[in-house]
Amino acid sequence: MPLDGANTYGEVHMKFTKLMTGAALALGLATAAVAEDKTKVGFVFVGPVGDGGWTYEHNKGRLAVEESFGDKVETVFVESVAEGPDSERVMTEMALNGADLIFTTSFGYMDPTINVAAKFPNVKFEHATGYKQADNVSVYSARFYEGRAIQGHIAGKMTKSNIIGYIASFPIPEVIRGINSAYIHAKKVNPDVEFKIIWAYTWFDPAKEADAAKVLIEQGADVVLQHTDSTAPQAAAQDAGNVITFGQASDMGQYGPLPRVSSIIDDWAPYYIARTQAVMDGTWTSTSTWDGIGAGMVGIGEISDAVPADVKAEALALKASLADGSYHAFTGPLNKADGSAWLAAGETANDGDLAGMGFYVEGITAEIPK
Amino acid sequence: MDLSAINPIILIAALISAATPILLAATGELVAERAGVLNLGVEGMMITGAVSGFIISVNTGSPAIGFAMAAVGGATLSLLFAFLTQVALANQVASGLALTLFGLGISSLLGQNYVGIKPPRMPDVDFGPISDIPVLGQIMFSHDPIVYVGLFIVAGVWTTLKFTRAGLILRAVGENHDAAHALGYKVKRIRTLAIMFGGACAGMGGAYISLIRVPQWTEGMTAGVGWIALALVVFASWKPWRVLLGAYLFGGITQLQLNLQGAGIAIPVEYLAMSPYIVTIVVLVILSADKSRAPGSLGRIFHASQ
Repeated sequence: MPLDGANTYGEVHMKFTKLMTGAALALGLATAAVAEDKTKVGFVFVGPVGDGGWTYEHNKGRLAVEESFGDKVETVFVESVAEGPDSERVMTEMALNGADLIFTTSFGYMDPTINVAAKFPNVKFEHATGYKQADNVSVYSARFYEGRAIQGHIAGKMTKSNIIGYIASFPIPEVIRGINSAYIHAKKVNPDVEFKIIWAYTWFDPAKEADAAKVLIEQGADVVLQHTDSTAPQAAAQDAGNVITFGQASDMGQYGPLPRVSSIIDDWAPYYIARTQAVMDGTWTSTSTWDGIGAGMVGIGEISDAVPADVKAEALALKASLADGSYHAFTGPLNKADGSAWLAAGETANDGDLAGMGFYVEGITAEIPK
Repeated sequence: MDLSAINPIILIAALISAATPILLAATGELVAERAGVLNLGVEGMMITGAVSGFIISVNTGSPAIGFAMAAVGGATLSLLFAFLTQVALANQVASGLALTLFGLGISSLLGQNYVGIKPPRMPDVDFGPISDIPVLGQIMFSHDPIVYVGLFIVAGVWTTLKFTRAGLILRAVGENHDAAHALGYKVKRIRTLAIMFGGACAGMGGAYISLIRVPQWTEGMTAGVGWIALALVVFASWKPWRVLLGAYLFGGITQLQLNLQGAGIAIPVEYLAMSPYIVTIVVLVILSADKSRAPGSLGRIFHASQ
């Protein structure tokens, strides 16, 4: 009878699945037993560790964890993991191989991280730059927009064509925040300034980033800001001459003193060490961390001599006021690009508004891709 | 929106240069596929060429030697594929994918000490007064030598495949390797040479990215160009001039969409970003409505005893 057949098949199938799960469990336990005395920390990277930018700095954080804990810790990483389903496989693999703590270091890993975390309640996850938390998923990010404020200030002061080019990656709140912050502070010191924004739809594609930089320069930009991870725009600017740039995520100091005049440096090491320590001590809880210049998570790279001394002094004063909290990068009066009021005079943006930012501030004429 | 910010002459000149890596890689792959070999390792050979060209250029100070060695590097890596598929008779798809992974790995290993170094610059070809011709001079005669090498290779491949005995033999091997073998042609030898030619072209294409277009070494810097080249060969229905058209279309629309974004045009960016892929595919699919089809023995393993 067909029904019987189906039943038999179902049973066999179930047994087979059980067997496989058993085997996987046994394997998992075996590795867990071997690795018991060591805390295993996994890292999922969106680009290659040699990108010279974003992933390079995360990997420096990983190396700092190794150095800090020595034999007590074992780190594993997988680089150039595509955002989306691929990353889910990589995380699952890490969790099955006995990782105690997994850092997933790109915005696009947000849902995959939540999915995998639900399957491994005993593994701790840390997702960078996202906003979805769970019992075993913490989120952490840096207030890069504070650094963008300083870049905007220097850019507004130094541009001669009044056109500032911006290579954006994906239309997510973090990137939009950066554009707004840079624009507000460029506009403040130079009312004539105009932003040209190109969306590259990639975090890492040197050829495309170089093309975008060249196009911006051809269209008159003499400052190029980038929110992509490679140093290609720096090389393009150097080639063109008379264009200034800022290092992104990493110092990119090899392109100083010109075109690179300063940089935003991500420093993840203290956070990674603290979180690994928490797992070792059993004190890890799900948290949301968002630190800026003050806490040292965002560093400002050496402002080069290509920047006039007075501009440099102003930039450093701005940095100091951002660091001690006396000034907030988003302080009213500020309107949204559609003309509606956002912040009243003296009012500062709350973290909720910033975390979900999906609009440009008044003055930026472009549209945000949906 | 300010369309006057876009200079059509610079745009066209930029697209010719932007299309060169894809053009070189796709032309090389076309020759391999016309000989019946499907080599999915283009990306791996490109990145290997990119790093070997970069290293040699930096150490010798000569971009020309760099390009030559990039071709050698790509061809050397392709020999691994030739060994796997022609001697060990391994599956071509799997071997090609393995070649890409291997190429990406070995290139990041070789390039470790070359991050952040500026390579010597390759000067543009000096055409003398010709390059002063308005419009045409700027578009056609203002490039580095490799752009012209790329065009020369396309023309050479077309002529060879269409008019020469060697081209006929290569196509025969690709269409029906058993028949070609029965006629006494050395199928494996011809295929190995075609694979090496493909590797050399891909290597030069990769070096174009690391030495001229970007110019710097970064891990994984080809970022999928090899896969686009592979797709281009299929959509160009294995015809050299269509590969050229496809590469220019793709490069051109990529440049155009960046320019339009910079000029703040009101077309949603998502459409602009996908436009190079869609337009290239649509145009080439319409063109390939004729009877052209894949080489008969493409991807099949040849063993003399069968």
